Amino acid sequence: MIYDYLYKLTGSEIWAGVIQSFFPLFLFILPFALFAVWLERKVSAHMQDRLGPMRVGYHGALQTIADILKLLQKEDIVATENDKPLFNLAPVIVFAGSYAVFAAIPFSGAFIGSNIDLGLFFIIAVSGLVVAGILMAGWASNNKYSLLGAMRSAAQIISYEIPTIIVVLTIVMITGTLSLYKLSELQSGYFWNWMIFGGPGPGLHKFLFIPFMFIGFIILYISTLAEVNRTPFDIPEAESELVAGYHTEYSGMKFAMFFLAEYANMFAVSAIVAAVFFGGYQSPFGYLGNAFNLPWLIPIEQFFWFTAKGLFFVFVQMWLRWTLPRLRVDQLMAVCWKYLIPISFVNLIIVGLISVL
Amino acid sequence: MERVTKEEVPSKILQALLSTDSDISVDGALENEMILNMGPQHPATHGVLRLLLRLDGETVIACVPELGYLHRGYEKMAENMTYYEFIPHTDRLDYLSPMANNVAWAMAVEKLAGIESPARAQYIRMMITELARIASHLVAIGALAMDVGALTVFLWTLREREKILDIWDILCGARFTNSYTRIGGVANDAQPEALAKVKWFIDQYEPNLDECEKLINTNRIFIERLDGVGVISAQDAIEIGFTGPNLRGSGVEFDLRRATPYLFYNEIDFNIPVYKEGDCLARYFVRADETRESIKIIRQVLDKMPQGEVLANSPKKVLPKKTEIYSKMEELIHDFMIVNFGINPPVGEVYSAVENPKGELGFYLVSNGEGRPWKCKIRSPSMVNLQALPMLVKGHMVSDVVAIIGSIDPVMGEADK
Repeated sequence: MIYDYLYKLTGSEIWAGVIQSFFPLFLFILPFALFAVWLERKVSAHMQDRLGPMRVGYHGALQTIADILKLLQKEDIVATENDKPLFNLAPVIVFAGSYAVFAAIPFSGAFIGSNIDLGLFFIIAVSGLVVAGILMAGWASNNKYSLLGAMRSAAQIISYEIPTIIVVLTIVMITGTLSLYKLSELQSGYFWNWMIFGGPGPGLHKFLFIPFMFIGFIILYISTLAEVNRTPFDIPEAESELVAGYHTEYSGMKFAMFFLAEYANMFAVSAIVAAVFFGGYQSPFGYLGNAFNLPWLIPIEQFFWFTAKGLFFVFVQMWLRWTLPRLRVDQLMAVCWKYLIPISFVNLIIVGLISVL
Repeated sequence: MERVTKEEVPSKILQALLSTDSDISVDGALENEMILNMGPQHPATHGVLRLLLRLDGETVIACVPELGYLHRGYEKMAENMTYYEFIPHTDRLDYLSPMANNVAWAMAVEKLAGIESPARAQYIRMMITELARIASHLVAIGALAMDVGALTVFLWTLREREKILDIWDILCGARFTNSYTRIGGVANDAQPEALAKVKWFIDQYEPNLDECEKLINTNRIFIERLDGVGVISAQDAIEIGFTGPNLRGSGVEFDLRRATPYLFYNEIDFNIPVYKEGDCLARYFVRADETRESIKIIRQVLDKMPQGEVLANSPKKVLPKKTEIYSKMEELIHDFMIVNFGINPPVGEVYSAVENPKGELGFYLVSNGEGRPWKCKIRSPSMVNLQALPMLVKGHMVSDVVAIIGSIDPVMGEADK
């Protein structure tokens, strides 16, 4: 564990904790956000017969850094009518919410920010903080578009948490653990041990689970899309309707924090999907470290597989964004309450019955 | 006429918003409702359209469009310039199909002055009008898709439009504001390269349109966003004065190319796509089908296009060629007279309308025998079509407002004149 190593290195629990909590930020979230923004632009460009950023660095690789430098120089505009304390606090809370999620994400067997037993529960709970930040931003902006965006966002995220939780509950019911570490360890071995293929171990259950696991995965993926406000559920920031939704009034680095939080969130929810259904950090075909008898290689391989899975789902999010139109707010609620929640409930019951068998 | 001072305008609008029915009690009527100012700077209002929406939650109770942010006084300006000088200004009316506007203006002036343009020029005019129709509808389809959130379609349709702009570039040297027509014909003959490029374009267009349509026509989200939204009955559409694709989306088969054939449209075989539903989806389908018909028309036009002159032989009315101005006395005199004093059409009035991509674009011209029009009235389709907006958006949600504007496809350059 990283924490034990840091504890040995610094000799102090506080320092180890502090350093460890900055780890994901500097080692992962910032580089990932830089990469994801570039990827989003490239994916959209190539889907639309364009080239996308090409000037800064190789194929525009440094474009995001240039953009961040630009945002840093921008004036931080606070309008007179804004509710200043809330207005300033909102981006911090939104970012904190999405950053805290990374604490419990199992990047590899050796690197989990905080290996708590309630990892899954913690992630779902703490990502709810984002709603508070968004509502705050919308209200404090004193802008009607921001308010509409924030209201839509709150309604949407709260609604879509229900199917998310029910699907997660399905998995918890089978595996009997809320710890993401244990969940990942459970799915070790080859890819047919992943939850999407019915979970570990042989037996009839496994094959009966498979269709319901696929349904669960699809529901979870759709509702996570809604939770991070991605198309087709991006109505809180629907640019053609609400200009930019809750962050219309923000500029400069505060805007960048919303931006960063959005991309961090994208990875966080993809990571949950990967951890719950796709074996977490487990490799689909075994480890090179085992083959060559190099035990130190395994955590690095695990990190690679986890990032690869997460990035794949992030890519799918981008893919959907540039393909699908946007739902209307009432249709969005209809999708959640009329389809996702009933289906996920039925799924939960059926999976429960199978596991009792 | 009742004059409204500058200070009175907002309260007038507020009054209009308030005078509509509402469930909310009368005293403090806006206590539970919100007035949302949409535009003139808003990503989805297609230019500088300003809407004042009275919202109950997200449902629109009342809508008051406020036009005029792009008003340049073209009708008045036309009275102070010769007929030739106004051609570039027609580019700026419906700036998504400048060629079609040029043709409409040239035809109106020719009708007033009694000039007949040569057959080849008329065929070229048909070709560019239809190309302009395709270009305009492509933007309309793309913008509608973008308004409901499908950004990729917009880029794909713009890619197709880009090819049309390239054709215009070869044809007249300008991509966007063409000013290609002249009174009595067109500025220059269509070069073989331009015609070859048109041929190439019409051959590759339909597969590319199918590709765009595949992305949205089978998409349940796209259909549900537009199906049954912003319904206008045929009766209402006629009463409002809808023309063009919007009218045909309501089930009225009226197309000026058929109703009052101009140019050589009576020799061309084409269908008029009509959909009965009258909702946003029907208007979108009409536009997509119309571009296919335009391709059919262009194909026939290219086959039938005769050789010959592209400017009428009417020295007192039609600008001579530049080479002749520099070498011949007569032409130099005519050029001087036309440029400085205009073409002096006979006293009279004329209304000439053509089927533009957006609908019926009509010019009403009154001449008192001088070089400048005594009166010029532009009957712009966008302006008329926009009148239906308050009726259409009532009871729908904010997201639908955007889709409805997109499906009506107004161009503010034309609506505000």
